[in-house]
Amino acid sequence: MAFKTEHMTLNMGPQHPSTHGVLRLELELEGEIIKAVKPHIGYLHRCFEKHAEAMTYPQVIPYTDRMDYLSSIYNEFGYAVAVEKLLGIQVPERVEYIRVIMGELQRIASHLVAIGTYGLDIGAFTPFLFCFIDREKILSLFEMTCGARLLYNYIWVGGLSHDLHPDFIRSAKEFVTYFRPKVKDLNNLLTYNKIFIDRTANVGILPLETAINYGISGPNLRASGFEWDIRKDDTYSVYNKFNFDIPIGKGLQGTVGDCWDRYYVRILEIEESLKIIEQALKQIPEGDVTSAIPKRIKPPVGQVYSRVENPRGELGYFIISNGTPNPFRVKVKGPSFVHLGVMNELCKGHMVADVIAILGSIDIVLGEVDR
Amino acid sequence: MIYDFFYKLFGSDIIAALIQSLLPLFIFILPYALFAVWWERKVSAHMQDRLGPMRVGWHGALQPIADIFKLFQKEDIIASDTDKVFFNIAPVLVFVGSYAAFAAIPFSSVFIGSNLDLGVFFIVAVSGFSVAGILMAGWSSNNKYSLLGAVRSVAQIISYEIPTVIIIITIVMVTGTLNLNTLSEMQSGHFWNWMIFGGPGSGVTKFMLIPFMIIGFGIIYISTLAEVNRTPFDIPEAESELVAGYHTEYSGMKFAMFFLAEYANMFAVSALVAALFFGGYQSPCGYLGNLFGLKWLIPIEQLFWFTAKGLFFVFVQMWLRWTLPRLRVDQLMNTCWKYLIPLAFVNLIIIGLITLI
Repeated sequence: MAFKTEHMTLNMGPQHPSTHGVLRLELELEGEIIKAVKPHIGYLHRCFEKHAEAMTYPQVIPYTDRMDYLSSIYNEFGYAVAVEKLLGIQVPERVEYIRVIMGELQRIASHLVAIGTYGLDIGAFTPFLFCFIDREKILSLFEMTCGARLLYNYIWVGGLSHDLHPDFIRSAKEFVTYFRPKVKDLNNLLTYNKIFIDRTANVGILPLETAINYGISGPNLRASGFEWDIRKDDTYSVYNKFNFDIPIGKGLQGTVGDCWDRYYVRILEIEESLKIIEQALKQIPEGDVTSAIPKRIKPPVGQVYSRVENPRGELGYFIISNGTPNPFRVKVKGPSFVHLGVMNELCKGHMVADVIAILGSIDIVLGEVDR
Repeated sequence: MIYDFFYKLFGSDIIAALIQSLLPLFIFILPYALFAVWWERKVSAHMQDRLGPMRVGWHGALQPIADIFKLFQKEDIIASDTDKVFFNIAPVLVFVGSYAAFAAIPFSSVFIGSNLDLGVFFIVAVSGFSVAGILMAGWSSNNKYSLLGAVRSVAQIISYEIPTVIIIITIVMVTGTLNLNTLSEMQSGHFWNWMIFGGPGSGVTKFMLIPFMIIGFGIIYISTLAEVNRTPFDIPEAESELVAGYHTEYSGMKFAMFFLAEYANMFAVSALVAALFFGGYQSPCGYLGNLFGLKWLIPIEQLFWFTAKGLFFVFVQMWLRWTLPRLRVDQLMNTCWKYLIPLAFVNLIIIGLITLI
C-alpha cells in the first residue's frame, strides 16, 4: 500500500537571517529537496518610480541612492548619464574621472559586501568582518569627499556636489596599496577553502543559454562564461581610456556558471576595479566640477534609455520628458529584480542549504528589487 | 571519596548524594560555562580584528553574568500550538545528557564524581541521551525550522557516535579498561606515556602505535566536534538556513539551558579526548608536589592540568568555528559514513594486530 505523501511548504523570510533583506521565499520541499521556489517581493516597496514623476530632475537623485543602497554612487551615476544624454550636455573631463573613481570604489565596496555575506551564508563568520573592515575604509574615502557614508547625493546632473578633498588622491592611493594584499588573504581564508568549494562548486549551475533567456547581466552573466561588460561593450563616461580585463567564469572548481564561479568573478572584478582606480588616479586632470551643472533642468520633449554597469549588472534608466522640469516617467531596469527571477530555475533539485548558497551568489539587494 | 566525606558530615546518604551530584554544577560547570561564553566572544573578536565585550568588568569579563541575569528576567514564551509537556521537558533532557557525563569525568585522582568501571561507556551512553531532548524540542515546537533542525541533529549525532565509539574501542583494546581513572593512571609519568604517543609500553609496539593513535585522535576529535554541533558541523543550528534550529522557539531560561548544555558538552567531549589520548589529569612533566614533598599539592596540580587540557581542546573548537564554513547535510553524512567510519575500522584492525604482536 502506498502512503499518500504531500510536499512541505516552508516559508523562508521575510524575517530570516540570510534572505539579504525582506525577501520571502516560498519553498516547496520533499524532505530537504527543493521542488519549487517562489519569491514573494514587495516588502520594501517605496514607489520610487511614481515619486520621481512628482520631483524635478535633480530631486530624483537622492531617491536613486536608496534603490540599491550598497552601490548608491553607481545609481546616481546611471541616472546622471541618462539625464545628460537627454539634455545633450558634455561634462568636464575631471568630473568623468571622479565619477569613474567613485564608481569603481563603490563596486569594490559592494563586492566586498557580496563576498562577505556570502561567506556568512555558507557559515564562515570571520571573512564577513574582514570584508567589512576594508569596506569601512572605502566608506571613509566617500565620507571625506561628500560627508556621507551610505547615501551620497554626490553625482549631480552635469557635475558633482563637491570637488575632491585635497587629501583624497593620496588616501585613495594608500588604500589601493593597502587593499591589494588583502584580496590574497581573503582567497586563502575563504575562496580556496575545501569546505567552501564543496558547498559552492557544482551548485546552482546557470547555463549560458538560460542566463541570456532570463536577461541576466553583470557578474552573474560573466560567471556563466560570456564576456559582456557595458563598461567595454557599450562604453560610457571615460571607461574607454582605461586598460582592464573582463573576468569570466571558467569553472575552475566545478562547472561553468556555478556558485563558486559567480563568487570568484566578483573577487577578480575587485582586482580589475583596483586597476582602473590606479590608472584614473594617475591621469586625473584639473578642472572645475560644477561648471557644467545646468541652472535649470528642462529637457526637450523626448525619451532616452541609458544603461551602466552597476556592481550587480545592467542598470538601465528609461526617462520620458514632456518638456517640463519634472520627468514624465522614470523607469528603472534593475539587475537584482531580473536576477531574482532565475531563482526557481537554479534551486530545483537542490537542498535547503543550497537555496541560501544560490541566493547569496546571485547577490540581490532588496532595496532595488522592490524600489 | 567525596561522598564519604559528606556522609560523615551529615549522616544522611540522600543529602550526601545530592550534594555530591550538585557539586560539579556549582564548582565547575557554571563557572566554566560563564568563562567559556566570555572566552568564545573574546576569541572570535580578536580573530576578527574586534575587541568584543569591553564594558562590563575587566575586558568585559562580567558580561556573561549580565547575560544570565538578562535571560532570567526574560519572559518564558510558550507558543500556543506547542506540545507543552515535551516543550518543557526537552531543555531539561538536553541539559541532563551533557551534565550527567560530568559524573564520570576524572578531574584528578581524587576528584571524580563516580569512579565507574564503565566510565567511558557511561559518558557515551548519557551523551546520547540529549538526542531525545533535541528531537522532542524540534517536534514539540511545531515549527518547521525546528523540526528540520532536530531531524538533522539526530541524524548527525547518531551517525557520528559510531566513529567515536570505534576509536574508544581501539583505546580500550590497547589498555584493557573502561575506567577513566585507571586509564589516566596508566598514562602517568611523562608525556611520552600518553596514548597519543603509543601509551605506557615500550619497544617496537609503542612506536608502531604512534601513527595510528594520531589518526585515531583525528577521527575522534572530528566526530566529537560533530556530536556537539560545532562548526563545521553546526548544521542543526545553521543560523543562515534554519535560524536557530531546534531551539528557535525557546526563550529565557529554557534557551539558557540549551546554551549551557552546548558549552558543557563542549568541555565534556574535550575532557573525554584529553582523558583518552592526552594522559587525562597527568602532568606532562612531573609534579611540583613530588618535588617539594607536598602530597596534597598533587591533586590540585592534576586538576589544573586536566582543566588546561580540556580548555585547550575547547579553544581549538572555537578556533575552528571562527575559521571554517559549514558543510551541507549530505556532505556531513558522506564525511561520516564514507570516510570516518571505514578509516576508524581500518585503524581498529591495524591497532588490534599491533597489540597482538
